Amino acid sequence: MTFELSHFNAALLFALCASTVFGITQRNTPRDMMRYGAYCFALFVGGVIVAAWAMWLIKH
Amino acid sequence: MANPQNTATVAQRSTKAAAKSDNSMAIIAPVAGWLFPGLGHFIQRRWIRGVLLMLAVFVMFFAGLGMQGKVYSLNTGDLLDILGFVGDLGAGALYFIARTMDWGIGNIHRAVADYGTKYIVVAGLLNVIAAVDAHHIAIGKKQ
Repeated sequence: MTFELSHFNAALLFALCASTVFGITQRNTPRDMMRYGAYCFALFVGGVIVAAWAMWLIKH
Repeated sequence: MANPQNTATVAQRSTKAAAKSDNSMAIIAPVAGWLFPGLGHFIQRRWIRGVLLMLAVFVMFFAGLGMQGKVYSLNTGDLLDILGFVGDLGAGALYFIARTMDWGIGNIHRAVADYGTKYIVVAGLLNVIAAVDAHHIAIGKKQ
């Protein structure tokens, strides 16, 4: 069983799973859980994009 | 007519029984949650949370295996490997099944396999967070 994912898709899947768990475990109400989960997901993905541009700038 | 003393005794007994049940749940829920992702929430009737946590941990763990990530064993002698082992162990039964079935040999020739290794470790760590959450629900710290 092998699973082919690009680097970006792997980062997206990681962000989705981690932010789901963070949202559920770190907040009390369903509404807060969804908001916090979405916030964590945005930070994860935003962090990936910022890091990718930073590496591109360093290389060039 | 009911005897007030008897009524008070019955109330005290039921309170003690409820407290004892809470105490046992405070231990059972995190252990169950560690052994099987989401089970700590299922036994406390948090169905949706349990399903989402189970899915998140399962998807991460099996995606990691699918990317040919490595499942750590205990006695490698390397400190970083021991830390990886501790992280992997957090996945509970999934870790033991993977070790028993000889999954997660690892493939050093693929860059994505290293991601897979991290996926497996993080799946274990997320499961520990979920188990602690189940404990917090059992002791009433969280709804």
